[in-house]
Amino acid sequence: MNRLGELERAVMDVLWARNEPMTVREVGKALADRDLAHTTVMTVLDRLAKKKVVDRAREGRAWRYSPAASRENYVSEMMFDALGQTGDRDAALAAFVQSMDGQEAEALRRALGEIEQPRN
Amino acid sequence: MVSAALLSLVSVGCLLAMEALHRAKWPTRGPYTAVIAWQALGLAWGVSTIGALLSFGLSSYQKGAAAGSMALVGDIFTGELFLAELSQGLEGISHIVAVVLAMVLTLVLFYGLVSSFVQVVRVRRRHHDLLALVAEEHPDVPGARVVDHPVAAAYCLPGVLRSQVVISAGALEVLDDKELAAVLAHEQAHLRQRHDLVLLPFSSLKRAFPKVRLVRTYYETVALLIEMCADDQARRTSSPRELATALLRFGAAGPGPVPDGAMAVVEKAQPGVVRRVNRLLHPDDELSYHIGAFVMGSSAFLLSSVVCLWHIPV
Repeated sequence: MNRLGELERAVMDVLWARNEPMTVREVGKALADRDLAHTTVMTVLDRLAKKKVVDRAREGRAWRYSPAASRENYVSEMMFDALGQTGDRDAALAAFVQSMDGQEAEALRRALGEIEQPRN
Repeated sequence: MVSAALLSLVSVGCLLAMEALHRAKWPTRGPYTAVIAWQALGLAWGVSTIGALLSFGLSSYQKGAAAGSMALVGDIFTGELFLAELSQGLEGISHIVAVVLAMVLTLVLFYGLVSSFVQVVRVRRRHHDLLALVAEEHPDVPGARVVDHPVAAAYCLPGVLRSQVVISAGALEVLDDKELAAVLAHEQAHLRQRHDLVLLPFSSLKRAFPKVRLVRTYYETVALLIEMCADDQARRTSSPRELATALLRFGAAGPGPVPDGAMAVVEKAQPGVVRRVNRLLHPDDELSYHIGAFVMGSSAFLLSSVVCLWHIPV
């Protein structure tokens, strides 16, 4: 992964760990061990805001940034897309197996049992 | 008029051939050949239907569909053709209606293609962004990224520069090493052969005609054939049995959300997974070289005759 991508990830981790909106300075301080320039942190937060994964609100003269959704929300959004449960998105991602209803899954469980029997 | 009649004949013939192809048994023995046949039939249907409407509507030019459309572009500003046709009464009006229908059909097909392309690009970009933030590398799965989610899922995210195979923690849990390798090989095959682009025309048709059930059925048939293509690629490095077991484990790992009532009422065809598993465990003979060559040849012949018919002036 490129450097910017890796930084974005680190910044998101900081925002997710902290439960309150943070300023650029606070994010920079939380990542003090990386010794980042103020403008670098600002650029990264700006990129994240453009990707709509962080929200920002002005407070006094500074922007405060917070995650637009929790990590779990993003993971479920991805899985939702991937399993083709959102109507017309199925062309974008091809899942190995599309999601199935209970009856179908039951039939497959039986078939799996039959295949595995000879092994034991 | 002859070209209009012949093009209509081709158009109807394509529809019949698609229905036959949908019901045929041989496609599972040669999924690649079948996908090409589907592409050719779909393209020929669109081009011949538009051509039939144009060569009927523009028959006053006596230049055929292709040259007639060129002449129309020049005339459209002066309105000469329009006025001339109006003065001919009913026949003239039917010509105008045919030309308008041809334009509408062209626009709808074009709109479907462009909008599904845009939609696909947008969904993938968002997915890439999220993936970069939440997915991990994993020592067991080189070349893939792992998402921490309990549902078993594996999929690929195609792209020109940054294609990616993604696998969920739930999938790692239900698969053993060899099955995992088979799944990864299947997904890599999708990415390598750009199966998403092969499917794109069909998904855009589905977008252009969302209410037509036949379009949806055909789309699903082609999608299943493409999965079989990737299964065949994975079978080169993994045993079919491992791939079949992996398929079953995914399906059996848990019932997904039950689809809404309306869908449950419709009697379901045999799910695609079962057909893929059967095909892997009890393989039929591969499609013979001669039949494959015959299908390819007919597809090429079909497309070139449609192009010729567009240029017949009568």
